[in-house]
Order: sequence, then structure tokens, then C-alpha cells
Amino acid sequence: MAVGIEASGAPRTLVDKVWDAHVVRPGTADVPAVLYVDLHLVHEVTSPQAFAGLRARGRRVRRPDRTVATMDHSTPTTSTQWRARAGAPPIIDDAGVAQLARLEQNCAEFGVPLYELGNDKQGIVHVIGPELGLTQPGMTIVCGDSHTSTHGAFGALAFGIGTSEVEHVLATQCVLQHKPRTMEVRVDGRLQPGVSAKDIILAILATYGVDGGTGHVFEYRGAAIRALSMEERMTVCNMSIEGGARAGLIAPDDTTFEYVAGRPAAPAGPAWDDAVAGWRSLPSDDGARYDRAIALDATRLAPMITYGTNPGMGMPVDAHVPDPATLAEPAHRQALDKALRYMDLRPGEQLLGKRIDVVFLGSCTNSRISDLRLAAGVLRGRAVAPGLRMLVVPGSQQVKRQAEAEGLDAVFRAAGAEWREAGCSMCIAMNGDQLAPGQYAVSTSNRNFEGRQGPGGRTFLASPLTAAASAVTGVITDPRTLQ
Amino acid sequence: MPVAPTSSASSSSSSSSSSSSSSSGFPLTARAVVLAIDNIDTDQIIPARFLKTTDKVGLGRYCFADWRADASGAPRPEFPLNKPGAAGAEILVAGHNFGCGSSREHAPWALLGAGFRAVISPRFADIFRNNALTNGLLPVAVDDAVHHRLLALLAASPDATVTIDAERQTATLPDGTVATFPIDRFAKHCLLNGVDPLGFILREDAAIADYERTHPARVTTAPFRA
Repeated sequence: MAVGIEASGAPRTLVDKVWDAHVVRPGTADVPAVLYVDLHLVHEVTSPQAFAGLRARGRRVRRPDRTVATMDHSTPTTSTQWRARAGAPPIIDDAGVAQLARLEQNCAEFGVPLYELGNDKQGIVHVIGPELGLTQPGMTIVCGDSHTSTHGAFGALAFGIGTSEVEHVLATQCVLQHKPRTMEVRVDGRLQPGVSAKDIILAILATYGVDGGTGHVFEYRGAAIRALSMEERMTVCNMSIEGGARAGLIAPDDTTFEYVAGRPAAPAGPAWDDAVAGWRSLPSDDGARYDRAIALDATRLAPMITYGTNPGMGMPVDAHVPDPATLAEPAHRQALDKALRYMDLRPGEQLLGKRIDVVFLGSCTNSRISDLRLAAGVLRGRAVAPGLRMLVVPGSQQVKRQAEAEGLDAVFRAAGAEWREAGCSMCIAMNGDQLAPGQYAVSTSNRNFEGRQGPGGRTFLASPLTAAASAVTGVITDPRTLQ
Repeated sequence: MPVAPTSSASSSSSSSSSSSSSSSGFPLTARAVVLAIDNIDTDQIIPARFLKTTDKVGLGRYCFADWRADASGAPRPEFPLNKPGAAGAEILVAGHNFGCGSSREHAPWALLGAGFRAVISPRFADIFRNNALTNGLLPVAVDDAVHHRLLALLAASPDATVTIDAERQTATLPDGTVATFPIDRFAKHCLLNGVDPLGFILREDAAIADYERTHPARVTTAPFRA
């Protein structure tokens, strides 16, 4: 990956540098660029039709050594078994079993490495890429999944693609793309206690809306971003798509290099030094121009919570639900009114103290070891409120083992929470982990769309700290005030 | 081009009066269904529980499943797609930021399966727009004034037709107003000429091989093969 080597010319952004290093054929007004893909992540839900297309055309996978698959969306979290077994009750439904079996067949037939359920490296696709060291600065990364933006935390240009494009990448290791416009998202200041990375991104979405980034790629910059750990950066980049941006990047720095060093797929020895030298040239040049710029002061942020049915409908946890009548634009008024009816909330209502039924700690947004540590820190010596169900779903088998080595599973179990196997689980509710109609959940996941966590289910998105504090009290709780 | 067929002939025959359409099915003259809601996400277009398919076809029946029917499966009569006039409509008129959320290509497959050929909105989410075009479902982005006018016209005459011409990039409203809309040039070329984008990339095989020679991989997924 020859990144950042063009010495002359105008100052370039991080996105410019990664883009330029991957252009196989430049685009014109008539045709998009042919862009090379360094890493292609595959899962069971968005790949079957792509493999079928390859088969129909008699094509092979061009670079199985740059492709990796895992099972995560449809997998059970109660077992590492997914096959239907004679005499045993089904763990997931037949369609889920068939989908997982199809991925297994496809990977075997096309030579694609697969971390199947039961493998000790299986997990959510956006958790295992970084964890294995496959996700590295300066790369182009795609996956048939919109939360591929997660990998932007490493200074990679990473974005979700459709299944037709999954087939393109399988066949050619390339994707057709127009160069995206860039938006600087500057977050300066310093997070206060009880406020975390999740609150940064929920505040950005609440301020700039769910389409503020459409047509753009975010580059997160500023002191508050630099101060984040890699796992926190992944939380922020993960939800770029919730702002309409297909990708969200953070320039690599020593925090990044420390995280990558020593991971299974990371370069070692002299190759490591070469890699780091190249990565140090990736950050945007002084004077590089962005198409748009927005800013936020982290110092002023409070823990955030959503009240509506898209991730932009968020507010400080101690604020009051907005009143549609105060909105000037009829479409906005109608949208908020519809959301509040679905959520069964009243304008002006305070969410603090609102009774909830379920707390979900998990998803590609917040299921890494640091998320589990934060939540366990709240739950240690406390109990989940009577009648409340708390589901803790680690992002990968490696996260699960690490948590168990640290005794976090014992903390969760002792508090009365359910400790599960790795997967997407109740974030997307494809595997049987779901809300009942009408139930309220505080969830560390990324989408509060109608029915997202189960038909009729109602989701409040929040940080792991807020979720854990709310699990203890049984009502929506400001983690800063938990007694 | 992998065009998902519409689910049934009956869903598209009654209203379409489009003359001598090309293989793309445009120009299209058809009635429209209005869902004037902003930020319609892909979980509404097709809920995730219906993604456990390994096929592209047959998803029309799940289109807007949770808005069409209540928890017991009973149809919600007030939902626009359930109204008698919706049968045979091939154009969906939606609010801002249509198709936000996930990258699921099942969303355009479901809309096509339900008989839609075009969606009119002031703005589309990026991944959805791309997925739609790839499958021949035309995202027609019009400005707010045109959108308002169209909503008003359809409120007054729900059975009126709209004509969408992909070649000329025009939408003709029921009152004869002609609005233009953008289409990516390459996507338009593929749509109107039945060009397969994969074939286009495959023609660059030598350039791809050359890129691979000059840009050796730093990462390989192979050593971790289970």
C-alpha cells in the first residue's frame, strides 16, 4: 500500500490519500473510478445472492486471501451450535439455519476463510476485523453492511455496499465508486465523567440530523477525538452511517499503532516499521480542504438518549421530550408526532425515571471489552432491577473469553443479567433475541427504527454506562447520578 | 443486469400505459402511491426478519410489512399501500432521505417485487440510491417545490398519473409540469442499455492485475483459515 507518497501538489485530506492510493482506473464524468479493495468482509445475510451470481457466471473469487467471512447476524447467542439436530429443539429457525449453511457451502466452494459459529475467532464482522489485525490504516475495506464505517477508526476508507457490489468485489477485488465529498467533524474539548464516545456520536446525530452527511465521508478530528481509545473511536465511526455518511475516518496516530501492533494479521519486524512509516504520512495535510465542516464541543456534552425512531432524535438524558407543536416545518412536526406515537411518549415528558423492560448491551457499536468493563463497573455489587431483563452479548468469542478471564461474566451473572455467545443479537433481532411488542429497551446498539429490535419494540439508544445504570434502577437513569 | 422481476404481472399491468418502453421499462407512465414520511429507513421497507432468504425474488410481499399489517397480521386499512387505489401503482412518492439505514439490497428487491419501478423523493440515502439504480428501480430526486406540488396534485387526484422519462431525466406531473432530475451518467447508461457493471470492471482486468503487482498486499486473511 503506497500511501501518501505523492510528494507535490495541493494539500490532501486523509480521504484523498487513501483514495488516490487505491485508484485502478480514475473516474470521469461518464464513469466512476475503479477502486481497489484491500479487505472484503463477508457475512451470511448479504452474501448468498452474490455467490449465486458468481456461480451463474462461472467466476471464482479473485482474492480469497483478501476476503474473510463470519457468521453473526442470524446466529443464536444461547449456543455455539447452529445446525438443527435430530431430537433437539431448534435453536434458530429453519431459514436462519439454511442461511448459515449456505455461507458455509459458499466459503468452502470458493475458498474463502470463514469463522463459523463455534470457531474461537467468530464474532460480529466489525469486531473481529480490528481484533485480528486485519483492519489497518490506509486500507480500503468494504462489506455488505452499512456499519463497515466502524473500520474508519483506523484511518481506513471503509464503507457498506449492496449485494450486487459484494459480487463485484468477490469477482474483481474492485468496486465502482465516485470520489466522495468530505466533511470535517471537529470535536474539541474534553469529555466529562459519565460521558463517553457513544454520547459524542449521538450528540452529533441529534445536532446535524440523520442526513447531514449524505453524499459525504466524515473525518473526525479535534482534541476530544484524539483522546479516545481505539475502541471508543470505533464506536464513533460506527454510527457515521446514521448521519448519512457512508464512511467516517479518524487519522491514525500512536493510539492506532499501539492497538494494531502484535495482532495476528499485523505486520511484524521490519515490515512493521515500514508500515508505521507509511501510516504516519496519512493524516490530512495542513491546509487540506474539506467540502463542509461541522463542530461540537465535547466539554459541554451530557450522557445522551434517543426518544424517537431514528438515531438523530436524541437529547441529553435529563432533557424533556420535544413538542412537535414547536417545530416550524410541517414535515418535521409530522415526523416527530409519528415517532412519539410509536414510542408512546408525551411532548415535554422527561425520560429520566421512565420504566423500561429490557437492557441490551451489545452490537458492533458497543460490545467490545472496554464497553463490557464500563458496564460491569456499574453492575459490580449491584443487581439488575426486579422484572427487568438484561442481555449482555459480547462482540466476539475473543471478547467473551477476555471478559471471562477478567471475571466480568461473573459480575453480570451475579447482577442477574444474561451472559450470551457473540453475535449481532437484539440489535437487528434476526436470531430470536428480540423485544416483545410494546416493550421498552435501553440499548447500546445503533438503530432505534420502528421494529428494529422486534416488531412493536421501542428502543432508547444510549451508552453502556447509561444502559447499565438504567438496568440497576429499572428506569432510565443518568449514570452520573446513580447512588 | 440482475433485475429482480416484479412479483406478479397483475401488479403492474393495469395502470401502465407507457408506450414502447425500452428494456429498462422507461419511460414509465403510472399511478403513484404517496408515503409522505421523512427518513423512511430500510427496516421499514423490509424488516430484518425477512432477510433470512438466499434469493432476490419473492420479497414483494414483505415490503413495508410492519406498516401494512399489525402484530396479528391483520392489514391496516389506513396504510396507503393497502388502499384499493394503490393496486397497480408503480411509483412511490416518499419524504426526505428515503432508504436511510442499512445497506440491504433487499430493500430495492422488495420494492420491485411489490411492483414499484421508481421512487420520487427530495433526497435519497446514498447506499439505497446506488442499490436501487443497480436493480433498475429509479430514484427520482426532485426539489422541494416540485415535491410539494406533486403531493398537492396527488392529494387532489389520487388516480392521476406521473410520467418518468429516464432518458430525458424528466418527471411529468399530473398538471403537465415537467421537472428534471439527476441520474449518475454511468448508472443511466447501464439502466438504458442493459449494461452490466460487473462486465465493465472485468474489462479492466489487466489494470487490476497491474495494480496488484505494484501494490503487494500487506494483509492476508489466509493464515487464519479455520
